[in-house]
Amino acid sequence: MHVEQGGVLSLLQDQGRRGMHRLGLTSGGPLDPLAFHYCNRLLCNAPGASAIEMSIGGLQLRAGVDTWICLAGADMPLLIDGEEHDTWTAHPLTAGARVEVGFARDGCRAYLGVAGGFDIAPSFGSSATVVREGVGGLHGGALRAGDSLPCAARSRGRRLYLPPEQRPRYGRRATVRVVPGYQQRHFNRIEQRRFFGAPYSVSDQSDRMGYRLEGPAVDCELHGVLSEGICHGAVQIPPDGQPIVLLNDRQTIGGYPKIGAALALDTALLAQLPAGSTVHFAPVSAGTARRALQLAQRFALQKTLREH
Amino acid sequence: MAETLQLRIAGPDALILYLGDSMDAQTNVAVQAAAAAIEARLGDELVDIVPSYASVLIIYDPLRAGHVSVARRVRAALAGLDTAAHAAGALVTLPVYYAAESGADLEALAARAGLSPDEVIALHSGREYRVYAIGFAPGFAYLGEVDARIAAPRLATPRAKVPRGAVAIAGRQTAVYPAPSPGGWNLLGLCPRRMFDPQAQPCMPVAVGDRVRFEPVDRDTFLELGGELP
Repeated sequence: MHVEQGGVLSLLQDQGRRGMHRLGLTSGGPLDPLAFHYCNRLLCNAPGASAIEMSIGGLQLRAGVDTWICLAGADMPLLIDGEEHDTWTAHPLTAGARVEVGFARDGCRAYLGVAGGFDIAPSFGSSATVVREGVGGLHGGALRAGDSLPCAARSRGRRLYLPPEQRPRYGRRATVRVVPGYQQRHFNRIEQRRFFGAPYSVSDQSDRMGYRLEGPAVDCELHGVLSEGICHGAVQIPPDGQPIVLLNDRQTIGGYPKIGAALALDTALLAQLPAGSTVHFAPVSAGTARRALQLAQRFALQKTLREH
Repeated sequence: MAETLQLRIAGPDALILYLGDSMDAQTNVAVQAAAAAIEARLGDELVDIVPSYASVLIIYDPLRAGHVSVARRVRAALAGLDTAAHAAGALVTLPVYYAAESGADLEALAARAGLSPDEVIALHSGREYRVYAIGFAPGFAYLGEVDARIAAPRLATPRAKVPRGAVAIAGRQTAVYPAPSPGGWNLLGLCPRRMFDPQAQPCMPVAVGDRVRFEPVDRDTFLELGGELP
């Protein structure tokens, strides 16, 4: 597949890096693992096959081989040779066909995959692109015109789709469940009530490192801590009191106090929200978080696909 | 050590173990030993681990184990912890070209400390540092501690771009920037060694627990070693 236009931010991603924090490498990987999962499932790919994560849209490709493609996630218009095709659906593509992705009408991140996945040599065990580190993908950066993405020719396939009523609608609000942890006890009851009660708005300064939120300031009796490891979803409260939910490209170590960490199931929805959207935080126990994940594993990831 | 040891929830898939609350070699040795013991105990249920100054972040697979069971095994791994093997790692010497043209804050830092630039260089290169942690960016090694006389607060306004190889001080920590990046540390000089090279094996010259010594080199040697002036 040849890139004719990179779009706003298009990155090769697989399931992300694991066991590399000791080198200071972050995890990377899809901001919305659910949409990424369906992109591969609809193409009958292995679960972590490399696909393109598109933020906002604008990617244009030309097929160099016969293959199948699927776009899952944010509602971005998918045009094949100028004709709009359904998302959350596998489509055959003939060599020479032109694929154009428009700009998102709902959500922010969508995944474009091909049958068999893109064949990208892993760096540090993964193809996930982390631009800040210059690691992963084809050249450590976002896709740009002139890049060629290796993939195998595949003419046979199945026109699988996820029924429209099963597809997520992202909208402009989300409730993000947070397991209280880290320096949680250094936020007094009033500050915790404020954090878990007030609406926050997604800042336009949000990116793959973290989602910044604007709203009532949360005060911590600590203004800094001895630098320590940061897990996915950690909610960091810097001295200005405005929470930052740290995501896939977060730095591995930092010294701001944290009130806990958000569930990956919910950061997936958070990362679909455009700037100005409303977010509420809700406290849940680690046990509840685990049950939610187990349920998602059994149901949200296993929805029945249909075939045209 | 047992009385200062605290294991807390960090998030839905992570626990954090605190072995103290200060930057000191003894605590950090315990951190290294604990991280190794936890890795061995949890095997492939462990997704990732981040040892830092005084803490170990343990990221596990929540589909395979809950926090109660992980916590139980972490506590078991810590019983009879052997710190001897982690007391001191390899000694790594890093060349540094200390000068005004390579270290934009060298003169200001010296003036602030009431020392000459040469005295600052002698103090910075005159002791061994311990690699306390690696993080923030790939290959960024937090080294401590610098002589109290040359400790310096972060710049009020961080620089938009610090060059690769910049040798810098913040508080009593020192580090070499592995890649060009924004940064608020005080710059003293440049190191020609690559601190992170994905193509090299190993990709970093230092590991946590290693000892680092800086060796002053002149401009010509710096350039010969492959250094580049910004």
